[in-house]
Amino acid sequence: MSLKQNLHNLKEKYRGTKMEQSFNALHTFLYMPNITTHSGAHVRDAADLKRVMNTVIMAMVPVLIFAMFNAGFQHYGQINGFPSGMSFFSTEFWNLDNFWVGFSKIVPMLAVSYGVGLGIEFIFATVKKHEVEEGYLVTGMLVPLIMPIDLPLWMLAVAVAFGVIIGKELFGGTGMNVLNPALTIRAFLFFNWAAWMSGDKVWVHGAVDGVKNAAGTDAISGETVLGTLAANKEVGYSVSDMFFGFIPGSVGETSTFLILVGAAILIASGIGSARIMISAVVGAAVMGLIFNNIVDAGVITESSKFYSLMAFPFWQHLMVGGIAFGIVYMATDPVSAAQTATGKIIYGFLIGFFSIMIRVFNPAYPEGVMMAVILMNVFAPTIDHYVVQANVKRRMKRLKVKTT
Amino acid sequence: MSKDIRIKKGLDLKLKGEAELNVSEIARSKVYAIKPSDFHGVVPKLVKKEGESVKAGEVIFFSKTDEKVKFVSPVSGKIQEIKRGEKRVILEITILADAQDTFVEHSPKNPNDLSTEEVKEHLLASGCWPFVKQRPYDVIANSADSPKAIFVSAIHSAPLASDLNFTLKGKKEALKAGFDALQKLTSGKVHVTVSPNADFMPDGIKAELHKGYGKHPIGLVSTQIGLIDPINKGEKVWVVQIEDVAIIGELFLTGKVNLERTLALAGTGFEKPGYVVAKMGAQVADVVNANLKNGNYRVISGDVLTGDKKSTTDSVGFYHTQITAIPEGDDYDFFGWNLPRPNKFSVYRAGMFSFLTPGKKYDLNTNTNGEHRGFVLTGEYEKVCPLDIYPMQLLKAILVKDIDQMEALGIYEVAPEDFALTEYVCVSKQDHQHIVRNGLDVMIKEVG
Repeated sequence: MSLKQNLHNLKEKYRGTKMEQSFNALHTFLYMPNITTHSGAHVRDAADLKRVMNTVIMAMVPVLIFAMFNAGFQHYGQINGFPSGMSFFSTEFWNLDNFWVGFSKIVPMLAVSYGVGLGIEFIFATVKKHEVEEGYLVTGMLVPLIMPIDLPLWMLAVAVAFGVIIGKELFGGTGMNVLNPALTIRAFLFFNWAAWMSGDKVWVHGAVDGVKNAAGTDAISGETVLGTLAANKEVGYSVSDMFFGFIPGSVGETSTFLILVGAAILIASGIGSARIMISAVVGAAVMGLIFNNIVDAGVITESSKFYSLMAFPFWQHLMVGGIAFGIVYMATDPVSAAQTATGKIIYGFLIGFFSIMIRVFNPAYPEGVMMAVILMNVFAPTIDHYVVQANVKRRMKRLKVKTT
Repeated sequence: MSKDIRIKKGLDLKLKGEAELNVSEIARSKVYAIKPSDFHGVVPKLVKKEGESVKAGEVIFFSKTDEKVKFVSPVSGKIQEIKRGEKRVILEITILADAQDTFVEHSPKNPNDLSTEEVKEHLLASGCWPFVKQRPYDVIANSADSPKAIFVSAIHSAPLASDLNFTLKGKKEALKAGFDALQKLTSGKVHVTVSPNADFMPDGIKAELHKGYGKHPIGLVSTQIGLIDPINKGEKVWVVQIEDVAIIGELFLTGKVNLERTLALAGTGFEKPGYVVAKMGAQVADVVNANLKNGNYRVISGDVLTGDKKSTTDSVGFYHTQITAIPEGDDYDFFGWNLPRPNKFSVYRAGMFSFLTPGKKYDLNTNTNGEHRGFVLTGEYEKVCPLDIYPMQLLKAILVKDIDQMEALGIYEVAPEDFALTEYVCVSKQDHQHIVRNGLDVMIKEVG
């Protein structure tokens, strides 16, 4: 008997048992199920949620691969000195030594993220007797990409468990959560172990362990561009470094270039909302411009602790920190974002706007996109409510015109 | 006077197996059946018993809630069986047909000479009233109401739908009389929307003629109502299929209720897609068997988006004007969720490349292409829904049975068929039409 037939027999055997959900979750990865329509539309679109989620994951793969090389590049660069004037395709970046550092750090994070998260999803699906939904496939991929490289795996495991249970399953699972699960996980880590999620010690592999150089001082500073700016110091990276991503930061957030590639995949496939992405960029640019103008007008002088961040050109703000990653992969999560077309524009704009505002004014933690997205997740239903009310009012008005 | 209506949203599913414009002869069925379930919400009260003989056009049952609404036999013959299901619900009434029909003879009438009440009485008594449906709720109209307008869609935009220029050829007189009768039923306007190339409409009908441009669902009457004169809370609108206008017209011209349809047989399940003429209630087997291919095909009474799945012993649906046969999709597809599938169609470009070949026709099967999930993607339903409503918000309001919210979001303006396209594009594989039907039923019960 063929594999197909064997699996079919197993599926029938497990029907109604505790194995049903788990088996089906795995089975449907191998074979699109044999379910047919029974009424209503007898034909259905070829795309399902698996295909959609798979496309989102594909849009993250370039970033993931880059991240593995960059982890090693930052590590060795801090010890041995960075090459100058490097092009995007330079072998000084794309080499196996660099890759191995990232691979050995990021793959375990991926394993923990998927293992813990999917494990919980399987348990909930079995207990609640529904199919295992695909939402976590994307979340599980996002999680390592927004973490500092040296984060202990047990912390990650605890945070993932919290994020999936409290952030998602308590609300009813995929499609029901209020906050973006990946950001819930990150926020949980941030508020519990702030020292691991901020400051100048965590963004480059080896900084925490205090790898010493020949002179006996700390060889590796894990400071990000935003950290440097918040401390009113000179930024040592060129614009092209920042754009291509040869800078320290959370695992996957650094390469604005590859994030744009991901954005292109998401928009072209019709999965990611271009509305949210564009309006968020506009929102961030507007806030950045306001700060730039305040500085130009002389309201804020160099003595202010906000000076460097405010004076940082608005378009460069978009290339450092997590804002690009947040806008493309986090803000566009359809479940936690605004759901109406008009709502998406407002939602995106405010995410960009608040990201830069929080970034500049938050002294402890110079990145704002996580907080901005979570904040707007909370307000997304409110935005939608008012957009939908406009439609409702139009309907009421029609009735009034009729009756008078 | 003609006014154009236009939609930009929507989706034309291009399927293989379009019906060729010729009528093939089929033998008269031996057994015909009427199914009360074709008339949503009607609880039948039988007039005839098993074994009694009936004429074509003679009343078999009436509605328990509105006793004036009568349902008549399409053929003359003998009541063969009254099939009952659980709790003695009447499933169908089968009639063993005579070789030749003898009709109940009404006297021919000119609707223009009659009063509104007389037209109503005539339609009710002759069994033509079930053709008149009402919005909101998509049920048979209450004869005591007076609607603000009557809408007739004379566009078939659904996939593989029958060609009205062909099926309504030579029915100008009947249509004219039918519209005369409809105009008597309302103090408002009768609106009829045709496609730009329609040539079956008689001149000088008593109705406002509109031309509709755009993709499916331009042919759905809710789309037309929404663009021409939307329904508000408390208002009633009646709708009649264009084919049924002709049947009503024929009743006034000849005095006979001729429950006959020119059905399109379409889809890849047929050897020779084409047309047949059959009495309503004919057995599916008698209509399709000579033409149906051997193999695993699903026979659908109606179009692929809104029709009913039928076995060969079932009867053709009362309101349906086409029968579609498409392949069953009850097979597994190896890595079907991520590999490109050139033989399937998707509005998304997620590893699917159907957007590169916009003119290509597909042979789609009945596989759901995925399992049922919660609502996740947003903004996709709006692309295929030209109505001024928020489809997902309305569906969610229905799922939680929030009556105020359903009302605010426009449930009075929709019928299940309006959610066929959103159901098609739904990656979560939710049954939108089923949800909407439940929502409408809740509204009937709670609001009335």
